[in-house]
Amino acid sequence: MTGDPIYTEMIIEYSKHPSNFGEIENPDISRHDSNPLCGDSIDLQIKINENKVSDIKFKGKGCSICIACTSVLTELVKGKDLEEVKKIEKNDVLGELGLEHLIRTSPVRIKCALLSLKALKYGIYSYFIEKMKDEKSAGNLKEEATNLY
Amino acid sequence: MQTAISLETIRKDFPILQRKVRDNKTLVYLDNASTSQKPIQVIDAINDYYKNQNANIHRAVYALAEEATEAYENTRTKIAKFLNVQKREEIIFVRGTTEAINLVAYSWGRQNVNKDDIIVTTEYEHHSNIVPWQLLTKEKGAKLEYIGIDDNGELILDQLDSYLATGKVKLVTFSQMSNVLGTITNTDEIIKRCKKAGVKTLIDGAQSVPHMKVDLSKLGCDFFAFSAHKMLGPTGVGVLWVRKEVLETMQPFHGGGDMIREVHKYETTWNDLPYKFEAGTPNIADVIGFSAAIDYLNKIGMDNIRNHEIELTKYALDKMSKVKGITIYGPKDIAKRGGVISFNFHDVHPHDVATIIDKDGVAVRSGHHCAQVLMERLDVAATNRASFYVYNTKQEIDALIGSLNKVAEVFKL
Repeated sequence: MTGDPIYTEMIIEYSKHPSNFGEIENPDISRHDSNPLCGDSIDLQIKINENKVSDIKFKGKGCSICIACTSVLTELVKGKDLEEVKKIEKNDVLGELGLEHLIRTSPVRIKCALLSLKALKYGIYSYFIEKMKDEKSAGNLKEEATNLY
Repeated sequence: MQTAISLETIRKDFPILQRKVRDNKTLVYLDNASTSQKPIQVIDAINDYYKNQNANIHRAVYALAEEATEAYENTRTKIAKFLNVQKREEIIFVRGTTEAINLVAYSWGRQNVNKDDIIVTTEYEHHSNIVPWQLLTKEKGAKLEYIGIDDNGELILDQLDSYLATGKVKLVTFSQMSNVLGTITNTDEIIKRCKKAGVKTLIDGAQSVPHMKVDLSKLGCDFFAFSAHKMLGPTGVGVLWVRKEVLETMQPFHGGGDMIREVHKYETTWNDLPYKFEAGTPNIADVIGFSAAIDYLNKIGMDNIRNHEIELTKYALDKMSKVKGITIYGPKDIAKRGGVISFNFHDVHPHDVATIIDKDGVAVRSGHHCAQVLMERLDVAATNRASFYVYNTKQEIDALIGSLNKVAEVFKL
């Protein structure tokens, strides 16, 4: 299986040893999401300090693509300002793992790859709307999440 | 296969089995519990209808309409015979098992289920035999209860007794074969206990009718539902059978053309059974295709099909259980299970397993199989599922097992 476009060394490694796996006490954002067709299911938790992601963790059951992409996403997000986090796009996550091709090649597996990004966008949206009462900062995040895949 | 027709001949009837997938790999189709492939006879019957007979049924008097009506109605008679039903008007054509169960929940359920009544289902039901009952019980303030499963994947019937003892159960609804575990339900025993308590029974036969002989005269249930597409027929056709005494008390499901006798501005009288429950132009072409599927199954013989699947399942269970790191769900006793094997491989997510073996052309289902209640009970997010049918071979099972080695390789297990 050398040269497999999906199951690279990095994906297998992440799926076995995910980054930022676990739970946060009193998170500011807590978002559960799942893919109804395949049963991937994650819980994403974020702690926010001075508009920055001070901590992010996830737990859940998912395939290697889902777990690897979620790991990468948490690494990308951690320590970043919320304004920067809002700008994260599909290819930022997929690119880290060389999975950009999934958008073309696998309409099913792309859902596994982007589940956590969807949860993140929804999570930040609810944070701004519900906790901060700040519709302006929430912006288009909900639409972006809805139209992600 | 112990029949006059060889496996090789059968396989030749299925054009799709000849095609290559992915990297020029022979298709190994092991997802028959989802949908079966179609023999050329079924494909031709549908084609022939559109080429030569296409007309709406039951109304017009010209030649085409008469032919189409006859072909459609002959299928009803054929199905009645196939299931040993004496009254052909008890056979209602629907879109599939899901619509059949929804029809019962909507029509019979809303008339008969009241506050605090109980509907009993089981932990190994497909969502189609859970969600319609959730909708109904929530609307009526009634309760939905579950018969649990034991560690062998069989129903714990003592739980049924305790529900029945409340005197509040209106319906017990269950699948004759689990679409995940392959467990063959002890149908006779459940119906016996329900009858004694004066409780109606609905059987979801989506997984059983395609694979074993079903005799509705002997079974003694009140409602029975199944789909054509899992038994070599086209999608979009299913059957609801209802015992006539019950059917006569039921209000229509959909209103519209064909289901009426007379329509006035404010009142309508209903057509005779079964047409009262078949509103609108039905799926004529696919009902006619279904007829060809039943002919095909009859030609092979349902007992031969069951025996073939027992042989395959035995072989698969024996070989698969020797694979390191595999967990197989469901009964060990071959007499208690159909040709459905759900499994997990080490802790590799089923989606990864399915993607990797797909490269070898092996098609299995991965996911929750529309049975999330069961997934929760088994405490797994998902499983892989291989399911067999009349055209599958032992070589195909070997191919599945061979591909699992690749999964082990990729995941360094």
